[in-house]
Parts: sequence; structure tokens; C-alpha cells
Amino acid sequence: MEAALENVLALTGEVSVFGLRALVNLFRRPFEGTQIRLQLAEIGSRSLPLVIASGFALGAVLTMHTRSTLVTFGATAWIPEVQALAFFVEIGPLVTGLLVAGRVGSGIGAVLSNMRATEQIDALEALSIDSFKFLVVPRIVACTLALPILTLFLDFSGFLGGFIAEYAASRLSFHLYVSRAFSGFQLSNFCAPTLKTAVFGFVIGTVSSFLGYTTNEGAQGVGRAATSSVVVSSLLIIVLDVLLIKLIFFVFPESAL
Amino acid sequence: MSGAPAVRFDQVSRSFGAKQVLRDVSFEVRDGEALCIVGRSGTGKSVTLKLIVSLLKPDLGKIWIGPDEITTLGESELSKVRRKLGFLFQDAALFDSHTLYENLKLPLERLTNKSPEEIDFEVDRVLRQVGLGNDRYKMPAELSGGMRKRAGLARALALEPRILLADEPASGLDRITSSEIDDLLLQQKTEHHTTLIIVTHDVRGARRVGDRVAVLDQGRLVAFGPVSEVEQSDNEVARELVRE
Repeated sequence: MEAALENVLALTGEVSVFGLRALVNLFRRPFEGTQIRLQLAEIGSRSLPLVIASGFALGAVLTMHTRSTLVTFGATAWIPEVQALAFFVEIGPLVTGLLVAGRVGSGIGAVLSNMRATEQIDALEALSIDSFKFLVVPRIVACTLALPILTLFLDFSGFLGGFIAEYAASRLSFHLYVSRAFSGFQLSNFCAPTLKTAVFGFVIGTVSSFLGYTTNEGAQGVGRAATSSVVVSSLLIIVLDVLLIKLIFFVFPESAL
Repeated sequence: MSGAPAVRFDQVSRSFGAKQVLRDVSFEVRDGEALCIVGRSGTGKSVTLKLIVSLLKPDLGKIWIGPDEITTLGESELSKVRRKLGFLFQDAALFDSHTLYENLKLPLERLTNKSPEEIDFEVDRVLRQVGLGNDRYKMPAELSGGMRKRAGLARALALEPRILLADEPASGLDRITSSEIDDLLLQQKTEHHTTLIIVTHDVRGARRVGDRVAVLDQGRLVAFGPVSEVEQSDNEVARELVRE
């Protein structure tokens, strides 16, 4: 037990130093604009279909479940508001974080560990190219920037899925659905939870890059790095979600509903 | 051979955990010379190359590249020294998400002030030199073993290094293809006066390309000199390793 705790603390320390090193390197020349754009396309654009489809399905299913409960109390008018609150405040950020951890985290872990195993990282260093700056920093930056944007897509696709499910059941107009959804909603309720996903993105990028970049187990390490990236990133996102909600309520008390 | 020292090892030792891979290794390679390092598997040959390019640091001893003692250099100075070196990795280590052209373009783009047209010309020139002029837009996965080696060599030569390090350039290749790679290495040595340090198991290639041979056994340098001298060495392993 003691040894396990020691390992967790050691890993946390190493990952934190790795993340800080990435932040420092971000502001050192040469700036990796091209690589950041490439990674944004890979991490952001290519995650969009998964994020939009998941959001839409989740929104529709959530509305159907909520409706069956609220109809018992004659409170179906609350469905749009419940839907909006659930998605924009919690489900959207958390589900996007977990989806991206699965799709992108495993990809980063596998790519970097494969590059390590096949000496591609050594080849970069031998060519006087800073492999950390070239490979790791753009991935972390791209994850950090992409997460809030992907979260917006999931929020709105979920909202649309919810509306379609509600329209199918009650023929509620879109205008009325929107006005009911956002009647008790402040911008502050929405901004902080969306922006917190930048932290999720930083964690996904840092953890999966760390596990891929530092592996030294050859081909066997590729699979392990991919799996560990998903598991560790997902766990950290769940833990951070709780901590960040407490922090958001403390810093922005008006955002508490 | 009477050139200035290109690479010098002075009592270099290196361990991985409890395993000592190199013990007190000292040798010198002169400008324009071709040194072939031979030895049984796991005797520290590839580690020697990685120490030269500073991918690894020695536990003890000093390493010079030209006038620079590299074990104490910081990253920026090291980067300048590495510009003198080209490295052909055992499996070529091509960037597998890049085309052949992009593999060669990357170092030229980042480490030189050449214009895009000059880079394009240079990539074309080097690819033609290794016989891959028509394959510039192929991905590494589309290349055969011999083509990958030649592509790796092209990338190592793109920055016109003064010292070329090659880790088993003949491994996994048939006799004819490995002979073609040897031809390219020899051409680089004779036409561009490039210093070659080649780790190899291919005795035939070592005899053909190498001016001198270094024999490593259990981390120690047990023989060093022209093949004709090593053949007469007191060390049985050395004699056996250079026998055709």
C-alpha cells in the first residue's frame, strides 16, 4: 500500500514537472506554429464527428429519461431547463473530456511511444531538433485549446438532440424550447464550466505525452502507453472535475445554481 | 591517415543499471577516415555511436568531436556540434507520418537558412544521389528495407555532415543491396571527405569500407587497427570477428 502510494506520488511529481517544462518551452523559440496547427486539426477536427454524435445521442436519451420522470409530477415544462443545465454545466464538459481522453489520449500515447521504440525521437535529437518542443509542446497546446471548443460542440449537439426528442413527444416549438431552457441561465453558469475543460485538455495532453514520450519498453510499451494514457487521463479528469467545481463556486459564487 | 582527430574517446565507460556496457574505451578517428566497429551483439557498439551523438552520456571519460569536448556541453552548444554529424539508424528511423520528401525537408527547413526552392533542390539532389529520385512522395511504409536504408542515409546526408555515423547499415539486407549501401558510403568518403564510423556485423563490408577496425568484446576495446593487423591480433575474438 505504502509502495503504491509512493509510486502515485512519484508519477504525479514527474508528470507535473513534464507539464511545467512544456509551459516553459511554449514561450521559447522556435515557436511551433505549424505543428500546433497540425495537432489542432488532428485532435480537434477529427474528434468532431465523435463529439457531435455522442452529444446528440446523449441529449436525446437524457430528454427521454427526464420526460418519463417529470411527466409524473406534471413538470414537463422544466425539461428544456433541466436539459440545458445538465449539459452546459456538467455533462458537456465531463463527457467531452472523457471522450477526448479515449480518442486522443490513446493516440498520443501510442504515437509517441512508437516513435521512441523505433528511434524516431532519437533521430530528431540527432538532427539537432528539440524533440520535446517539436512533439510534446504542440500536442499539449492543441489539447488545451481544442477541449473548450469541442465542449461547445457537444453542448449544442446535445441541446439539439434534446430538442428533437422533446419535439417528437410534445411538438414544443424550438423558440419556446430555447426560451425555457435559458430562462434561469446566466452567462457565468456556462463560461466557467466550459473553460475548465482547458484544464482537462492540458491534463490529457500532458499525461498521454508523458506516458508515450518517456516509455522505454520497445513495441510492448506502445500498447501499455496507449492504455495507461486513457486510464490515467480519465481518472484525473474525474478527480479534477470535482476539485474544479469547488474552486469555481469559491471564486465565482454567482455561478452556483 | 594523418588528418586531425574527428572523434576521440578517452577512457569512456557506460553502464545501464548493473550492466557495464563500455569499460575504459579509448580510440581516435581521424578526419576523412572510415572506422568500422565490430563485435558480438550487446558489446556496446550502438552505445558507442549514441555516445558520439550525445543521445547518451558516459558515466566516466571524455569524448571529443573535433576540438569540442561534448560531455560537458549545454544543449545549445551540443546542437551546434551535432550539426557536424549525420546518423543512419539501424532501422533508418524515418518519420513514419511524413513522406520521404518531408523527412529530408524537415532538418533543412529548421536548421538552415535555405529558401523553399533551395531546399527543394537540395532534397532532390540527395534523393537522386541515393537512387530514390522518383520516390520523393512515398511514405516510409511503402519502401522496401533497402530503400528505407537509402532514405535514412539521404536524410543523414541532407545537412552535409562532416562525420557520418551508421548503425548496422547492412542489417536485414541481401548481399547485393548491402553492397550498394557500402558503395554509397564509400562515395561519401571519397567525394566529400566525410569521416565514417560504421557499426557492422558485415565483415565483407567492413573490409571494403573501413580503413581501420575497432573490435569490442564485453565492453572493452580488444583490437584496433587496419584489418590486416587485427587479423594478427592476440585476441581470439578479434581474429574470429574479422575473418571472412
